[in-house]
Amino acid sequence: MLILKTLLPEPMHGWAIGKRIQQLSGEVLQVQQGSLYPALHRLEQQGWIKAKWAESETGRQAKFYSLTAAGRKQLEAEPPTGAVCPRR
Amino acid sequence: MRWLERLRMRIQMLFNRGDAAANLDDELRFHIEQQIAENIASGMGADEARHAALRSFGNPVLLREQARATWSWNWLELLLCDIGYGVRTLSRTPGFAAIAILVMALGIGANVALFTIVRSVLLKPLPFQDSNRLMRLYEQSPDDKFPYNDSAGGVFAEWKKQSRSFSDLAILSGFGGYNLSGSVEQLPEGVRAAMFSWNVLPTLGVQPALGRNFTANDDKPSANPTVLLSWGLWKRRFGGNPSIVNQTVLLDAKPYTVIGVMPAWFAYPNAAVQLWTPIYYQMPATEMNAIDSHDFVAIGRLKPGVTETQAVSELTLITRRLHDANLDNPFVSKGASIRPLLESLVGDIKTPLYVLLAATGCLLLIACLNVANLLVARAAARRKEQAVRTALGGSRLRLLRQHLMESLLLSACGGAAGVLLAIGVIQWVVHTRHDMVRMEAIHLDGVAVAFAAGLVVLCALFSGLISSFTAKGDNVLTALQESSRANSAGHGRTRLRAVLLSLEVGLTVVLLIGAGLLLKSYARLRSVDLGCMTRNVLKMDFALPEARYSKPAQRANFFDALLERVRNLPGVEAAGFVSPVVPGDGYGGDSGFSIPEHPAPPRGKLLYALHRWTDPGYFAGIGIPILRGHTFDGTQQPGHATEVIISDAFAREYFSGEDPIGKQLLSLGHHPFEIVGVVGDTRFTAGEAAQPSMYFALDATDDMNNATLVVRSGGDVTQLAMPIQRIVAQMDRDLPVSGILTMDQVVGRSTQDASFNATLLMVFAGLSLLLAAVGLFGVLSYIVAQRTSEIGIRIALGAQREQVLRLMLLDGLRPALVGLVLGLAASVGTARLIRSMLYGTQPLDPAVFTVVAAMLVLVAALACMVPAWRASRLDPMQALRME
Repeated sequence: MLILKTLLPEPMHGWAIGKRIQQLSGEVLQVQQGSLYPALHRLEQQGWIKAKWAESETGRQAKFYSLTAAGRKQLEAEPPTGAVCPRR
Repeated sequence: MRWLERLRMRIQMLFNRGDAAANLDDELRFHIEQQIAENIASGMGADEARHAALRSFGNPVLLREQARATWSWNWLELLLCDIGYGVRTLSRTPGFAAIAILVMALGIGANVALFTIVRSVLLKPLPFQDSNRLMRLYEQSPDDKFPYNDSAGGVFAEWKKQSRSFSDLAILSGFGGYNLSGSVEQLPEGVRAAMFSWNVLPTLGVQPALGRNFTANDDKPSANPTVLLSWGLWKRRFGGNPSIVNQTVLLDAKPYTVIGVMPAWFAYPNAAVQLWTPIYYQMPATEMNAIDSHDFVAIGRLKPGVTETQAVSELTLITRRLHDANLDNPFVSKGASIRPLLESLVGDIKTPLYVLLAATGCLLLIACLNVANLLVARAAARRKEQAVRTALGGSRLRLLRQHLMESLLLSACGGAAGVLLAIGVIQWVVHTRHDMVRMEAIHLDGVAVAFAAGLVVLCALFSGLISSFTAKGDNVLTALQESSRANSAGHGRTRLRAVLLSLEVGLTVVLLIGAGLLLKSYARLRSVDLGCMTRNVLKMDFALPEARYSKPAQRANFFDALLERVRNLPGVEAAGFVSPVVPGDGYGGDSGFSIPEHPAPPRGKLLYALHRWTDPGYFAGIGIPILRGHTFDGTQQPGHATEVIISDAFAREYFSGEDPIGKQLLSLGHHPFEIVGVVGDTRFTAGEAAQPSMYFALDATDDMNNATLVVRSGGDVTQLAMPIQRIVAQMDRDLPVSGILTMDQVVGRSTQDASFNATLLMVFAGLSLLLAAVGLFGVLSYIVAQRTSEIGIRIALGAQREQVLRLMLLDGLRPALVGLVLGLAASVGTARLIRSMLYGTQPLDPAVFTVVAAMLVLVAALACMVPAWRASRLDPMQALRME
């Protein structure tokens, strides 16, 4: 859920998502950065987010995630909760 | 439209997995590099930045695996990975894999073959419309000796007239053959034929593939002769030419019009029949209306809603009425019975086939136990590898899955090889037993393959699960240690292997005893005395065509002339004629008789005996002793028969205490005959006791066109076959000779069933004995390897080699002996089940049981000898150094 909320404004790559989540949770959430990626991949397999490779701000290719229509609808339906992993 | 996204992901994951993996690597690397950059920007050195980044990221390998685990089709990836791994491990030990696959192939192949045979022959319905409503109708003989007797034409006519339970009733005869000729280029050949009433095909619900069926007009004595051909005959002899319809062929030198060709799959009443002619046209009206001559097969289709019991009671009523209206004729049946048509065809071979199926089931179980045993041994050898894998994080489930995958791979390869083996076995069976019913229906089809697949899965689970039980007790740490030959590690496995082996040996003993009983039965049957000479005696069947041999004088001349010329051949010691069959070649038919000088028999006692027609020299020719009186005196004129010769059983039963010579018999239509001689008994088939028989003079009968020549020689009698055929060709160019067999072969034919069953069961028993011996060898080798240090200590402390040998031998023989006891106990039960297949042998035959037990102990001792001997030859220094 947290990831979906993070992606609401604009598409981001995994590093940026991690940074944003750190900011949002006020530096309280100290999970391993890498554990984001299994979650991202699960969300992608389930169709809430989709990915595209594009050039990042450093010039390197990076994988940018964005919400799908279904993902957007999911966010509107659910009340905001503070969980990193999606419910499903 | 989430489902669209998911579908897209799934397709991408299926086909682009490699790309996705590379992308994942890139993604993770990008993240780490970003973090490193951030760390450097906040002042850390290059190395420190890297370490900090990795620390905060986590274990990339683990995270990559976790990310991959979320991908769809993950199960497929794991499956393929397991299969690849299994194939690699198995190919590292090709010997083990080959043996296991071979063992599985034997077990699965035998089962699939027999399952196909049982299903095709016993379970598949007949290829007729609504075949479960088709019934075979029987009469019950008045003395209750034959409850399923063939029907008499007159009785059938009454059934047809009065019965309301059947929508159609038809009559047919399966016996008969013709000499088929007609085209100049092709030789005449004898073909088997059957006679159908015109409504047999409509009753069965079958249409000819070409042309038409008989009509009621074709089925009259005054009709033009018509014939139906079989598909095989049409293809073979007439080139599959559709213009065969309405052409003429010569059957026994008489022209018949071909009106149709039967479909390729049609094989009623049996697969040997190639021609069908109308029965009411072919048979004389006297026979078709006789109520006491049981020569025909009657079939009927039950009306919808009518049960078998209703039909039986109705038919019995009609038969009874007929019986009561003809009380002076003792051979009119009193009742009727019916059986479904399928059962009437295959009822006799049900038990043997099911017994064989059970035997293959035992063989499969033995094969599975053997493979499980092999897998346990293998698991023991790989304890260290398993421990390493567990330490690296492999869950128990994952290890079990890989173990099962190996077991499944072995089973699958064994199953594929087994299906090929089954195809071969089925072809062999169909080839050697083409006389068995419904052989033409046997096909390996999809159901059999599905059955094979099911067996593969079952065997894999069975072997895999059993052999994985032992993995529980292993302590990872002790397994990893170098000196891991602690005795306690092997006990669980040893006991398991010993138990498996005992079960194997028990099943083997059951099979061995079954095979032994059948073998003894067959030997008894084969050695039975037919009552005549069987060594160096040849027989040949003749069928003189009506057209050229219509007068008795013509027939008599032919037979006499042939006999004289054959007797003059060098090497011929004696020759004679008999009709219809030689001893051992079937029942041949019977006739009623009465003895005018005796008081009339009580009501319900039928007087009938087997009938045979012979020439005077037959008895000497085939070696039947003349006990009293003399043979026919050769002065009998055709049409004026007055002499009869009876068999010893006849004399004992009907003339006990008096001399039958000179007494009178009334038979063959109440004609008077004088008894001129008594000859020794003969059996009409190997498995039955000798029946009372009457012999009449062949020359003196009115209509005897079929006869069998018997020739006895001092040396190899098969050399005489060609010279005799040449003589026949000189006398009559168009006369074919058939059924050329030696009497040994005739006996062999009548014991064919017993021979076949015994052979198959012996093969199974032999295979399982081999498997058990190999298993025993393996187990004892394993035990010796486990106890090497212990043996070394014993030897070092002064034990003699022989003591060690005896110790190991006993250790190895113990599971075998336990298995033997189990097997003997089980055999007591199962031997009773095959009682109906035994001849002259008790199910609990002590000789067979003793021989099997002795054989098993001997084989077990031999199998244990090598490892035990090796154990006794251990160098104690080597053994102890291994510690």
